[in-house]
Amino acid sequence: MNIKTMHPLSSAETSKISTLARIAAGLLAVGLVFFFALPAAAQKTELKVGLVAFLSGPAAGPFGIPFRNGAEMVIGGINSGTLPAPYDTGKGIAGVKIVTIVIDEAGGSTKQVTEFRNLVQRQNVDLVVGYISSGDCLAIAPVADEMKVLTILADCGTPRIFEEASYKYVFRTRPHAAMDNISAARYLLDKVPGLRTYAGINQNYAWGQDSWRDFDAAMQALKPMTEATTEQFPKIFAGQYSSEISALMLSQADAVHSSLWGGDLESFIFQATARGLDKRTQLVLTASEPYMFRLGKRMPDGVIIGARGPYGVFAHDTPLNRWFRKNYVDRYATQPVYASYVVGQAFLALKQAIEAAHAANNGNWPSVDQIISAMEYMEFEAFGSTVSMSLGKGHQAVTEAAVGVFKFDVDANEATIQDIKYYAAECVNPPEGISSVDWINGGMQGAKCN
Amino acid sequence: MLTALAILIDGLVYSSWLFIVAVGLSLIFGVMKILNVAHGSLYAFGAYGAATMVGIYFDAGWAPLGSFAMLLLAALVMGAILGIVLERGLLRFVYGRDEVIIVLVTYAAFLILEDVIKLIWGVDPYYAAQLYGLLGMTEISLLVFSNYDLALIGLALFIGGSLWLAINRTRWGKLLLAVIHDREMSQAFGINVTRVYTVTFVLGAVLGALGGAFTAPMISVTPGIGVEVIILAFAVVVIGGMGSVPGAVIGSLIVGLSRAAAVHLLPEIELFVIYGVMSLVLIVRPQGLFGKTAEKRI
Amino acid sequence: MIEKDKTLRTLAIAVAIFAVAGFFLPQWAVFMLTLALAKGLVVLGLLILWRTGLLSFGHALFYCTGGYAVGLAGLWGLTDVVALIALGTVASILLAFALGFLITRYREIYFAMLSMAFSMILYGVLVKSEVLGSTDGFNISPPTFLGVKLEGESLTLGNYLVTCLLVWAAGWGVHRYLQSTMGHMSIGIRDNEIRVEYLGVSVRRVIHVKYVIAAALAGAGGAISAMVVGHIDPDSMAYWTVSGEFVFVTILAGTGSVVAPFLGSIVFELVRTYAFQYTPYTWQLILGSTLLLLILILPDGLWSLFTRRKARV
Repeated sequence: MNIKTMHPLSSAETSKISTLARIAAGLLAVGLVFFFALPAAAQKTELKVGLVAFLSGPAAGPFGIPFRNGAEMVIGGINSGTLPAPYDTGKGIAGVKIVTIVIDEAGGSTKQVTEFRNLVQRQNVDLVVGYISSGDCLAIAPVADEMKVLTILADCGTPRIFEEASYKYVFRTRPHAAMDNISAARYLLDKVPGLRTYAGINQNYAWGQDSWRDFDAAMQALKPMTEATTEQFPKIFAGQYSSEISALMLSQADAVHSSLWGGDLESFIFQATARGLDKRTQLVLTASEPYMFRLGKRMPDGVIIGARGPYGVFAHDTPLNRWFRKNYVDRYATQPVYASYVVGQAFLALKQAIEAAHAANNGNWPSVDQIISAMEYMEFEAFGSTVSMSLGKGHQAVTEAAVGVFKFDVDANEATIQDIKYYAAECVNPPEGISSVDWINGGMQGAKCN
Repeated sequence: MLTALAILIDGLVYSSWLFIVAVGLSLIFGVMKILNVAHGSLYAFGAYGAATMVGIYFDAGWAPLGSFAMLLLAALVMGAILGIVLERGLLRFVYGRDEVIIVLVTYAAFLILEDVIKLIWGVDPYYAAQLYGLLGMTEISLLVFSNYDLALIGLALFIGGSLWLAINRTRWGKLLLAVIHDREMSQAFGINVTRVYTVTFVLGAVLGALGGAFTAPMISVTPGIGVEVIILAFAVVVIGGMGSVPGAVIGSLIVGLSRAAAVHLLPEIELFVIYGVMSLVLIVRPQGLFGKTAEKRI
Repeated sequence: MIEKDKTLRTLAIAVAIFAVAGFFLPQWAVFMLTLALAKGLVVLGLLILWRTGLLSFGHALFYCTGGYAVGLAGLWGLTDVVALIALGTVASILLAFALGFLITRYREIYFAMLSMAFSMILYGVLVKSEVLGSTDGFNISPPTFLGVKLEGESLTLGNYLVTCLLVWAAGWGVHRYLQSTMGHMSIGIRDNEIRVEYLGVSVRRVIHVKYVIAAALAGAGGAISAMVVGHIDPDSMAYWTVSGEFVFVTILAGTGSVVAPFLGSIVFELVRTYAFQYTPYTWQLILGSTLLLLILILPDGLWSLFTRRKARV
């Protein structure tokens, strides 16, 4: 045995740095400095928006791409000045055109915080719109405030963002997720008056856990004599639900609640219908609207469907909505889903707020602070319905909620929604100053339902 | 009683699925000592291939039952193409390098293939669900099972049995065993180890694609399905003992039955089952259940 | 053995250059470098294990422990940067010390997979912890520096300088350790454990020490990441893909020097962020191809660019 092999890091062997290499190392260091220090020219004639959404992974298909498409189309409408009233105020936002820089939301919150900083400081965006994952929204919000960059959280659901903290530069122009499950519970109890038991199958991560917690609490608040039989929490992206479906069958619950989305939801529907689960229990699928057209007759009739707000099939028939649907279908040959609606909503909010601030500023481009004051507590017409920025000190939107029942129209060969019910914002959202969980657990005091 | 039956059947169905998905990985590791991260991509390509071909088949309006042949065909085509591309085009250049380097090469291949899938099929889902319901259902009191799921048990038995026969009862199997036992010695005896490697890798790739192809009817085929499978397959293979086909059978059974039991009896721990089982097995048997202790040479 | 070892000098000069550069670089670069260096600390720990032939597919366990220790301490009002890093490190050391009794029995793939199982169990526990926000995690308020509260640019710079200092200290310590008798056992153990045992050394004890050191570095890295990012969640701290990334950078960087992990980490972050910027739809393809090429062209890692090929004795 050669004893020399036992001394791997002896100075002579591996750590030796030739003069040449040292020069190379020096050059690399200097190079890095210059590489990093490259200045980026700031453009004043356009509004540079960082747009962040999932472009890869399982959330890209159901959310990320429709989100990107919705943004692209609405920005096109704003820039060309073709939006219907009340947004027919000329081209761009106060005459300034929007340009976007698109970033993938994949990679987790650490990565997203880094990329957010890169967007602002390397790419010099004026503001950032995006974020589908609640974890990313939570992580981004304090950074946006620290960097004083106007940031619109367009799609994430967790109520925690403005219930646990308050932010100056951050707005969320879509309602948070508590109302999805409160409205689902109200609808279910109306539709199945004799309901005794219910069960749940939700993904084992924050979204699934919160959804079930809110639904369960809302059921207990609305009808305390009902009872949950089994709570299934399969791993997210598991795709295999055979054991869970057996457990749901054995539990014999009158209804099954689920906030599954994307491939998981579709897989669950295939596996549940192949075993007739939909015939034995009332399925309540709170986030299933985006998939109903694609699934068509594979979606079982009678399923209670939600769209996380008045979007998609639940959107009111207004000129704004007709413009949105027509242009979206013409451009992408598919129906717009709620992710497309909520991002469009974010840009409408920007257009209205910035133009109001612009007018108040005597026709000069407003400062970020002026835009923020204009946006706080603002009310605006969106493609689906009216939005009020009434929670979170004027930074969190509420809207009405909508729930309906799926039916496949065989004659027209078309997926349809029936028995749509709208719930006023005050009926399914907590008032300012109390957290959603506390409000539901406390029996939803002060809810104003029509 | 009914719960016990449900655990048994659900457990067997899930075990069979795990086995079909993991056996290719185990085979490749056993022979080539390569932990193939790109196994997840093979699974995904199998699923996408199957969904595409099943779609074409149904659009053509042929006899529905023939669509099952499409699953097999998709697995063969996808597995063979990717297997050859990966082995001949990439892996053979790193044979003899450290095992970890090879793992990383397959990881890089996996990253690339993830985007290749997106470039070919886009991000919208593909379905092969048309044939999922073709076999009907079986009703046992409160429980209803899909016959397709039950048929997976048969498929797993068939694959496991064929592999066992191929390894233990054919000339090719003998060569394989020789290579597994001592690669250098086999080479010295004139076995064409390069060819054995290529054949093994392609076979393992086809098995990986087969796992995806037969899963396709049950699921929505979307980007990212490959990632989820990698760790499941690794766990099964480690529990059973790396590279042992009987080990993969036992590993799948243990994980499948434990998971079914957890779902029915204690759903809160479902998330921990696979890692808990893996830790426990390794603590008791550091080489996995069927793993062989490496000889130590002074 | 005659030539003088210049690693420590290189390290000191490099850290000094980087620290000074922090005052001139744009903010985003300073932030990214801070994270890259923090992850470089984790990789430095993996380097110690890897030289012994052990590779942990679950090192995020300690990265996450460090991060969550900081997060929990923050909930109780502790904000001092030094105390927080120390806490993250100590938490990881304790955990590694306990687990070490078990895990040092394992080698090769079994070591890798058991490490991964442990990290995924922690992941599962965190996902189940609704109080801690489950997969959404929770936010951490920015650290204070010896009682001084910094904001904006000076906060970013403060974090960066502390990280640079830590990188220097860790690099110095690890290099000295690898030069010691214990450190020299590494490749001996990797080549043939039985021979090392014949020399009268307990291989398990040697590995146990290395495991604890590697965990300490990962804990420190996790603590810094948590403070700098201001948010922790299990997906970006404990999931197996995080561990996979650390392993990747370890191999990419090479084991030739304690400086290598930091270089590798910076290169990895740069490739990824520019792939994100220029090819948002196919960044995985770009990242995968770049890394593949690097592995094929530089089999001994990036660091081999800086070392002259040396004929074997």
